[in-house]
Amino acid sequence: MSDEKKKEFGTADNVRVTRDTPGTRAREDEVNAPGEGGEILPADATQERAVGVRRGMFGAAGTGDTSGFGGLVAPVIFPGATQRPYGGWFDEVADALAEGLAGSGLEQATDRVVVHRGEITFHVRREDLLPVVRLLRDDARLRFELCSSISGVHYPEDAGRELHVVYHLLSMTHNRRVRLEVAVPDSDPHLPTVVPVYPTADWHERETWDMFGVVFDGHPALTRILMPDDWPGHPQRKDYPLGGIPVEYKGGSVPPPDQRRSYT
Amino acid sequence: MSTDQHDFYAHGSETSQGRVFTVTGQDWDSISEGLGEGAEERIVVNMGPQHPSTHGVLRLILELEGETVTEARCGIGYLHTGIEKNMEYRSWVQGVTFCTRMDYLSPFFNEATYCLGVERLLDIEDQIPEKAQVMRVLLMELNRISSHLVAIATGGMEIGALTVMTVGFRERELVLDLFETITGLRMNHAFIRPGGVAQDLPAGALDDIRAFVALMKKRLPEYADFCNANPIFRGRLEGVGELDLAGCLALGITGPPLRATGYAWDLRKTQPYSGYEDYEFDVQTWDTPDAYGRFRVRLNEMWESLRIVEQCADRLAGLDGAPVMVGDKKVAWPSQLAIGSDGMGNSLDHIRHIMGESMEALIHHFKLVTEGFRVPPGQAFVPVESPRGELAAHVVSDGGTRPFRAHFRDPSFVNLQGTSVMSEGGMVSDVIVAIASIDPVMGGVDR
Repeated sequence: MSDEKKKEFGTADNVRVTRDTPGTRAREDEVNAPGEGGEILPADATQERAVGVRRGMFGAAGTGDTSGFGGLVAPVIFPGATQRPYGGWFDEVADALAEGLAGSGLEQATDRVVVHRGEITFHVRREDLLPVVRLLRDDARLRFELCSSISGVHYPEDAGRELHVVYHLLSMTHNRRVRLEVAVPDSDPHLPTVVPVYPTADWHERETWDMFGVVFDGHPALTRILMPDDWPGHPQRKDYPLGGIPVEYKGGSVPPPDQRRSYT
Repeated sequence: MSTDQHDFYAHGSETSQGRVFTVTGQDWDSISEGLGEGAEERIVVNMGPQHPSTHGVLRLILELEGETVTEARCGIGYLHTGIEKNMEYRSWVQGVTFCTRMDYLSPFFNEATYCLGVERLLDIEDQIPEKAQVMRVLLMELNRISSHLVAIATGGMEIGALTVMTVGFRERELVLDLFETITGLRMNHAFIRPGGVAQDLPAGALDDIRAFVALMKKRLPEYADFCNANPIFRGRLEGVGELDLAGCLALGITGPPLRATGYAWDLRKTQPYSGYEDYEFDVQTWDTPDAYGRFRVRLNEMWESLRIVEQCADRLAGLDGAPVMVGDKKVAWPSQLAIGSDGMGNSLDHIRHIMGESMEALIHHFKLVTEGFRVPPGQAFVPVESPRGELAAHVVSDGGTRPFRAHFRDPSFVNLQGTSVMSEGGMVSDVIVAIASIDPVMGGVDR
């Protein structure tokens, strides 16, 4: 798929704890150079993106941790924005996308591009999602005609952008794959639906609503798909416990697994 | 109120949505009587989730005018097991044990796509030993044969071709025997692990594989003789569940339904993984995008899989004693299994080493098995061509010892969205044929 493995951002070794307070988030408005798509940004710590904090070393909390590492606090840092050139066909796609978006006045639609492990991710603003996917599908140089998968990821500590929705698109014409990522705040989990562009998104978006509580505005019938219709809560969110509810059967009650034994 | 004096359960009742009957079989007369004169032709039928011909717990909601389906919807979720959520509470290696249970007819593909994603995040894709790669391909292709056999067998059973079912399961049993020889289990193997595979090939396995290939070459033509030109079989399948290329792409449908439209899209050729570029095989297509075309694609793909299995066996014969797990001791599973006098268990050599010889080895073993290895933060998506289409795991790591999120793009889940467009306007009896032709496995649909 790509000859571009690992020339890009990094491995766990360059997780640098450069900030004075752990967990300070590198907001993308710092990263965002206005306008010029091809400008090289200085490679400083703001390029990284912290999405949470890791405490301790062994997952145990409280008195269970006798390791002495319980006080360790380290930010969870994801691969940050990549600078041009991205390498291989990534630049062709990025150019075609930038040109197409400039034509409709949406230069700011993709606010960050991450190339990591030979895969390219475009972070898209939610209000521009629909024109971006339409362009990706219809432009002859892009032609991502198949939407392979849509799912969510919940980053509870990524303040203001807790819920990420991830789109995997495939171009059979050019034999390429890209990933789109849209982040929405937990307090306002609304996103435009892409069903008009990709009819296959129907069930994917229903599942993402079911599991994460992301509301896809304009979806033809946004109902639960895996859980029962009257289920409370959205199970794949990080604040939803494993197991969750007691099992009641013939008058007896079995507590949920998370209350039987600690897994954290 | 009841119109049926013979069957206590199959009575009619009035609801706000109209009159409701519970159908339990052989009671059509009582229902047609119960509807009375001047009843409208339109009825809504709930088929499933406990219907033998819906491939597990699939619920179909059909709106009928006489015997014509005017609207078809799927209800899924009856087999939702929360595997993706569970994986977030176990180590990366233990994740394999969960995801192998998703699409239970193609367990090796679930394991493979997950492990390929983890390996990409670990950046050890280039370090997977050749023998592990070949064994993965071998198991996946054997699995493709067994999965297609079930697809053909159950599909045949649903239209009354019971002999196709019995011979299909007869041959599948042989494949499961091979799995048992190689992995120790018939299903739910958890054999493909991040970094390689769990164990080396046992002695004699290659002979068994070669004998199986020789036998299958005799038996596969039986399916063609049974079905290919059988007028009843063709009459039930031809022109049923049609979906052209544009429809497939719009609905995200991949695998045999896509290839039956004549488009040779197969990830093994177009985006090779696990060294598929080194094998000789052809992508099978067909020129009628209907249930019959999908059947023929599956039948032909089994021949191609046999070709690949033969090539794997030849390569494995030259790889005797080669490693099957990545050399990085910080990733590779430390323990080894061995056959003892009381069956398979932990290798006594390994136990002796960690318990008697090296404290460091014991610590290493303990840490890796209980805590697991850490995976650098990031996300990966490595699709594979499962028997049902594009299967992929979206694997997200936050740098910890457990998956931060693992989402499976299961082809059964996506392909089932084609139910409406394949069934509406056709006969009730063709709904089953159309669904059988996309071969959904509910364990994968609901995960």
